Amino acid sequence: MNEQHLFAITALFDTPEEIVHAAQEASKAGYTRFDVNTPYPVHGMDKAMRLKPSRIGVFALVFGLLGVFSAVGFMTWVTLVNYPLVIGGKPFWSWPAFVPIAFEVTVILASVLTVVTMIVLYFRFPNNAHPLHDTPYMKRVSSDKFGINIQADDPKFDEKEIRAFLGRIGGKEISPIYFDAEEFEHGQKLFDPKFLGVLAVTALVVSAMTYVVFNKVLYMEPFSWMSAQEKLKAQQPSELFKDGIGMRPPVEGTVARGFLPYAFKGKPDEAGRFLANPLLSTKEVLERGKSRYMTFCSPCHGNFGRGDSRLQGQFPNPPTLHSDKVRNWPDGNIYHVMTDGQNIMPSYATQISKDDRWAIVQYIRVLQRAQNAKESDLK
Amino acid sequence: MGLRRELPERVTRLAWILLILGVVLYGAGYLLDAKRAAFNNVVGFLFLASVAGGAIFLIALEYLAGAVWSVPMRRATEFLAALTLVVPLLAVPLLFHLHDLFHWTHGEAVAAEKVLAGKAPYLDIDFFIIRFAAVFLVWNFFYFLFVRNSTKQDSTRDPKLTTNNVRLAAVFMPVFAITVTLTVVDWAMSLEPNWYSTILGVYYFSGTVLAALSAATYAIIKFHENGYLPNLRRDHFYSLGALLFAFINFWAYIAFSQFLLIWYANLPEETFWFIKRWKEGWEYVSILLIIVHFVVPYFALLTQDSKMDTKRLKLMSIWILFAHLLDLYWLVMPTYGEGIPFGWMEIGFPILLVGLALVVLSYKVKRNNMIPVGDPKLERGLSFHL
Repeated sequence: MNEQHLFAITALFDTPEEIVHAAQEASKAGYTRFDVNTPYPVHGMDKAMRLKPSRIGVFALVFGLLGVFSAVGFMTWVTLVNYPLVIGGKPFWSWPAFVPIAFEVTVILASVLTVVTMIVLYFRFPNNAHPLHDTPYMKRVSSDKFGINIQADDPKFDEKEIRAFLGRIGGKEISPIYFDAEEFEHGQKLFDPKFLGVLAVTALVVSAMTYVVFNKVLYMEPFSWMSAQEKLKAQQPSELFKDGIGMRPPVEGTVARGFLPYAFKGKPDEAGRFLANPLLSTKEVLERGKSRYMTFCSPCHGNFGRGDSRLQGQFPNPPTLHSDKVRNWPDGNIYHVMTDGQNIMPSYATQISKDDRWAIVQYIRVLQRAQNAKESDLK
Repeated sequence: MGLRRELPERVTRLAWILLILGVVLYGAGYLLDAKRAAFNNVVGFLFLASVAGGAIFLIALEYLAGAVWSVPMRRATEFLAALTLVVPLLAVPLLFHLHDLFHWTHGEAVAAEKVLAGKAPYLDIDFFIIRFAAVFLVWNFFYFLFVRNSTKQDSTRDPKLTTNNVRLAAVFMPVFAITVTLTVVDWAMSLEPNWYSTILGVYYFSGTVLAALSAATYAIIKFHENGYLPNLRRDHFYSLGALLFAFINFWAYIAFSQFLLIWYANLPEETFWFIKRWKEGWEYVSILLIIVHFVVPYFALLTQDSKMDTKRLKLMSIWILFAHLLDLYWLVMPTYGEGIPFGWMEIGFPILLVGLALVVLSYKVKRNNMIPVGDPKLERGLSFHL
């Protein structure tokens, strides 16, 4: 049995009004180290105990400001220094986009860190030893009674006087509470090596388990659900080949299906002479041609091929398709310009399929005919 | 405790002077420059409509949430809600100037624009007037039922009337959401018929609650100081201040959300509306709006003490009412064009609004108990502690 120290003198009351009155009397009598325990929050208690407003708000403010500045600072660094990227044509440093994130980080830092501060500073986490714990007094005040305890470290503490005082204001079951110094002194502290050690081990175990689950377990049958397969994906290395590269270039002298090289690269005249339009001027072909023309050609050449799009004046002006030169070109020449590009116009071979290019040629012919109608067309 | 007292003679006299002065200014405005007067009239109409509608909302909120703290001062909110009866009168002159206000009333302009032609079934003068009438019929209907039950309870003390009002409030909430959206879509958004913002209804709603709440707060504190509502304490005022503070933040949240989405998407059919408010001097009004409507009230009501300080609350409720007026001015007037219109009309027209509110208030105070004496929650409301 260790030495027992006196912690406080306690008294019980029956109603919330009585306990508020008791707190008022205790603070009037000049006691400062006393506390009140009630089964539920009692209105007006802070005033009766003459408590000063809590300073926890200051912590919330500091953590909130920390949140604003860290969020804005991080986003500024990312968008200006680390990885400047044009998004939606907006400036790199677009503050409106930062506001929601800054707001969220402010809220989460202010709330989480304030709660942590409260637990550490006010509840002395992780020290969970308190002399009142597991006493008959505590059992009563967490059930149906309202209790007050005046602590032994109060400057005006005098056991006899306090017993008399508590009796005078109507307290019942006035009793002292003792605590075991040994147990109390050796309660957990935040920087206790044992506590920190347990914390570190827990953190290590949790991270290791997470690592194993995400990197090993999920790749095992049956958890993988066939996501891991014995095949090569693009960009993957392979030991099968001497150079260690999984992706193979085509065998020399062969052509992949659908990738026949263009034979008239840089030879517009030959293209005009040797290429013939494989498509007929049917309704389907013209409609396909119109749709492709409106998507790919009209932004520069204009909806009717007059070279009058809204890009006028921003580039070297795109030419009209109704000049005598273009009208007298054979189909192959127009096809060649789309395939190989001309002047500032790049090749559209990768965007528009071969058939679509020929369909566009047919549609351009229709446009030209419409713009240069002859008398005989009206018949 | 005197349950029924008239407002002092000088207040009633001031109310009538302001009302008559306001009517004269309105008349002069319409005679001299009908278009400008009509635009100012829209601002004034939306302003008082938000006080009236917001007051009904606050009554319904109290019943629906089972709030206790606001019961002793509910009568002030009920008196303000009585404005619902007179606000439609403010819109009557507007109905004769729809052509000055709304681009979509010009048939040939609508026919020329595909977008407007698509909206023509909704933006139709007959349908517009039907909607306007329906909104105010619905508001008056609910106002009448809420207040009839509440005043009947003064003599019968029947707790069933409270239950009836709770049910009524549950019906009113979705109805209010729709009607308040219709009001602002019709009177403010359709000024720019090509523009649309799906959040504008919520935006106006946030201002609506703020306006009604600050008008009620001001009236309640004035009543308290002059002995009409003697039993209110710091706890009650703190609740009013906290609600004001919450809705100040809500308004800023909604206003910024509207801006952010339009800024992000960067679609020309939406951005032109903000661009209009960011050039030719309007950028200063926009910045002023942010400061007046958010920054100043936010810091003025941030601390716990300021929410209990009746002087601070009185100042801030008048401030927020002004901010709401500025908000509506910012919403409506850029469509009027011609720079930033600011002259005797812009200053003079709000006089009518104040006069109208005071006349209605003095009329209702004379004929009603200041405290809902039959309300079963009154006892708990009076002994309300934070």
